[in-house]
Amino acid sequence: MAPAPSKLYADDVSLVVVLLDTNPFFWSSSSLSFSQFLSHVLAFFNAILTLNQLNQVVVIATGYNSCDYIFDSSSDLNRSFENGRMPVMCSSLLQKLEEFLIKDEQFSKEEPDGRIKSSLLSGSLSMALCYIQRVFRSGALHPHPRILCLQGSPDGPEQYVAIMNAIFSAQHSLVPIDSCYIGAQNSAFLQQASYITGGVHHKPQNLDGLFQYLMTIFATDLHSRSFLNLPKPVGVDFRASCFCHKDTIDMGYICSVCLSIFCKHHKKCSTCGSVFGQAQSEVASASDKKRKTPET
Amino acid sequence: MASRHVTKRAKYKTTIKDPGTPGTLRLTLEKILFVPHNPKSAGKLDVEFRFIKGQKHTKEGSNKPPWLNLTNNQNGSFIFEFENYSDLQYCRDFVGKVLAKSGEVSEKPTVTYPDEQLSAAEMELRIKLLQEDSELQKLHKQFVLSDVLTEAEFWATRKKLLDTEANKKTKQRLGFKSAMISDIRPSTDGRTNKVTFNLTPEIILQIFAEKPAVHRAFLSYVPNKMSEKVFWTKYFRAEYLHSTKNSIAAAAEAAEDEELAVFLKLDDILASEARWKIRRVDPTLDMEADEGDDYTHLPDHGIFRDGSKDMTESQNELYRRTLSQDINRHAAVVLEGRAVDVDLDDTRAVAEALAWSKQESSTKRESDGDTNQERLARVSRMTEIEDLQGPNNLPSAPLCIKDPRDYFDSQQANALRTSGDALGRTEQIKCSLSTQEVYGSLRQSISVIKAMGLKDPIVKPEVAHQVFDALTNSISTTKYHIGKNPHESVLDRLPKKTKDELLHHWTSILELLKHFWASYPITTSYLYTKVNRLKDAISNIYPQLEEIKGSVPSELRHQVSLLVHPMLQALDAAIQHYEADMQKRSTGSVDKPNGYV
Repeated sequence: MAPAPSKLYADDVSLVVVLLDTNPFFWSSSSLSFSQFLSHVLAFFNAILTLNQLNQVVVIATGYNSCDYIFDSSSDLNRSFENGRMPVMCSSLLQKLEEFLIKDEQFSKEEPDGRIKSSLLSGSLSMALCYIQRVFRSGALHPHPRILCLQGSPDGPEQYVAIMNAIFSAQHSLVPIDSCYIGAQNSAFLQQASYITGGVHHKPQNLDGLFQYLMTIFATDLHSRSFLNLPKPVGVDFRASCFCHKDTIDMGYICSVCLSIFCKHHKKCSTCGSVFGQAQSEVASASDKKRKTPET
Repeated sequence: MASRHVTKRAKYKTTIKDPGTPGTLRLTLEKILFVPHNPKSAGKLDVEFRFIKGQKHTKEGSNKPPWLNLTNNQNGSFIFEFENYSDLQYCRDFVGKVLAKSGEVSEKPTVTYPDEQLSAAEMELRIKLLQEDSELQKLHKQFVLSDVLTEAEFWATRKKLLDTEANKKTKQRLGFKSAMISDIRPSTDGRTNKVTFNLTPEIILQIFAEKPAVHRAFLSYVPNKMSEKVFWTKYFRAEYLHSTKNSIAAAAEAAEDEELAVFLKLDDILASEARWKIRRVDPTLDMEADEGDDYTHLPDHGIFRDGSKDMTESQNELYRRTLSQDINRHAAVVLEGRAVDVDLDDTRAVAEALAWSKQESSTKRESDGDTNQERLARVSRMTEIEDLQGPNNLPSAPLCIKDPRDYFDSQQANALRTSGDALGRTEQIKCSLSTQEVYGSLRQSISVIKAMGLKDPIVKPEVAHQVFDALTNSISTTKYHIGKNPHESVLDRLPKKTKDELLHHWTSILELLKHFWASYPITTSYLYTKVNRLKDAISNIYPQLEEIKGSVPSELRHQVSLLVHPMLQALDAAIQHYEADMQKRSTGSVDKPNGYV
């Protein structure tokens, strides 16, 4: 899929909106500790900003109960929390992150029941898309925007519709969604997101080298991607599941009214109640060739 | 090995007793060529098929060796001894085919083309279908013209196509043109004073449709009072007069010639029809009128006229025709559609048919009592005042849509289950800490990193190296298998010619296999020969596929062979079945169905 049409001043200026997963339940049980993760990621942001003077990084935190903008590299409000150890930019980011976590905790109502719940990916995707739309309308000159999801929490099925809507609107505005999944299982949502919008999806094998993965795969701007070979998933699982048994099927029956899928022939659609007509049996026109040919 | 020639090892014997000269027998469409292995021996033979009258051969089941005996016109014979019966069979078929083609009588026709009584319409339909669909045409050329399949067989599987084509033809009727061809402009010859009008049957039909008075005049005057030619001459005289806009002259001529008067007057049939229509306008029709439509209060009804002409105009009102009237009438006729389906050349027939159809529609009109009632009922319904109505209690069926979360929930579980993770099931890591604890630990990590700064080095060199290697490896292997763009299909990356060839091969293989498998089990000799033909065609495809593979640049060769693989599998299955069947036959079951050799 072609990258965004360029109304910009140079080909390789990029605006990266990073969706950072800050689901505390995930991080408490992850093999990679949050501080290690942060150091990889902060170094990565610095690197992006050095690639081009006009590059821009925006960070949105995907929390457990809420999402918020954490950092915007083009903003002048980066107060200096100079403490000698951290570069200025990083410290303001960390400060905002901490404040966000405090706020997020206050939204928590119930005790967790042991399962890792998903973070609000749909929320942060929508916020990212809104920011990008604002950039589009800001004037004639703006960089190529793209979205990078750094996600570890599993997919939340209740967010399916919202995420798919966000994906399709990203596709429509020609914004690629890259995704780097650092959790244990596979994320079907992120795979589909990257496939549909023309981004790159990768699940790093070796989390100690996360920075290297990020630099190799996700750092380049959209224009240069046409010259590079980036990893592609061998296949994306798009198969649907049937309504009656919830099995994954690849051939089945579909109700023409509501598009619900069944694996067996039913008399009535269970979703919308429409009655199915009789199947037309194929009249074999070459019915019995033997009978038609003359005997010698 | 195309079916253009056959080459087999054989021994040529001049008589039965002759031991035979070993050599190579080559049969082409025109001649038989036998070349002995030993160039010194005398048995060379070069005979044209024209001279071959017939063929005989020894039976498979008998103990005799496989001999093929070709008899020629002069009653001489050429005997060939083959190595095995399948060779004999093959040559026999070929010879039979050639003989059948050349029109000679062969002793046992190996190929009979069933007689088809095709009507001209059928032929036309087939030709039309072939012209429209180039894919079909290619298949047809490939198989029927090279005698792999007969016409009948080819079209037998496409009955549905032929039927829909046939039905299509009868449905559409052409309507009138929207151009006003009845408004004929004459061509004038500058030198003489003659004016020429051109009349075609199309125009005649339109004139009758648009001007019912002329139509009526035609029916009554021709051929009783005047011939058709005179009728049209008068008609055009009237047209000419109209075009000169000289209404005084028109009135004068009308007074003289009563038939001409018919053409010059306003069409009274039209007038009565218009009056009738006005009476039947639906009063519930909502037409908003505003000030702009109010022409009655403007002087002269809004038309600017020179007052002086008023006097004389009113006398000749009858003879004036306006362009708007003509156009309106033409438009009405075009929208009505063509009511006549007769051969246009016979004017009388056209006139009658038109009259008849008009009569039909007018009788329909007369039985209008109930429609009138219905109209009144509708009027009263529509004039109801909505505010004073009671509630409209229509029965409604409740909408029942299941909770989408049910579906998506399990959808997600499925996606996770089947997206190929090593664990096989969704095993979620249990988190047994409380909310406070987890948030606390997260915040602590942040403070740790704030205190310590970024890690140094961010990534250990060995780890980075490893990662890089692994990535490069995986990228290059997937590129080899899939290509750069996940949305791209393999076919698109092939050169266009190769792609077309491959696709064509697919369709032709499907066609062949369809006929092949339909012919089993073999019960008649017709089917047997057909199967043989098909098998030959199938064996011809293998080298063609190899050629395609070879013609493609090397990086695509693997993809092409992956694409070709299923084709080869299908062909192999067919050939296997064929050979197994042949095997079964030659080891022989005792009773064979009728006529089968």
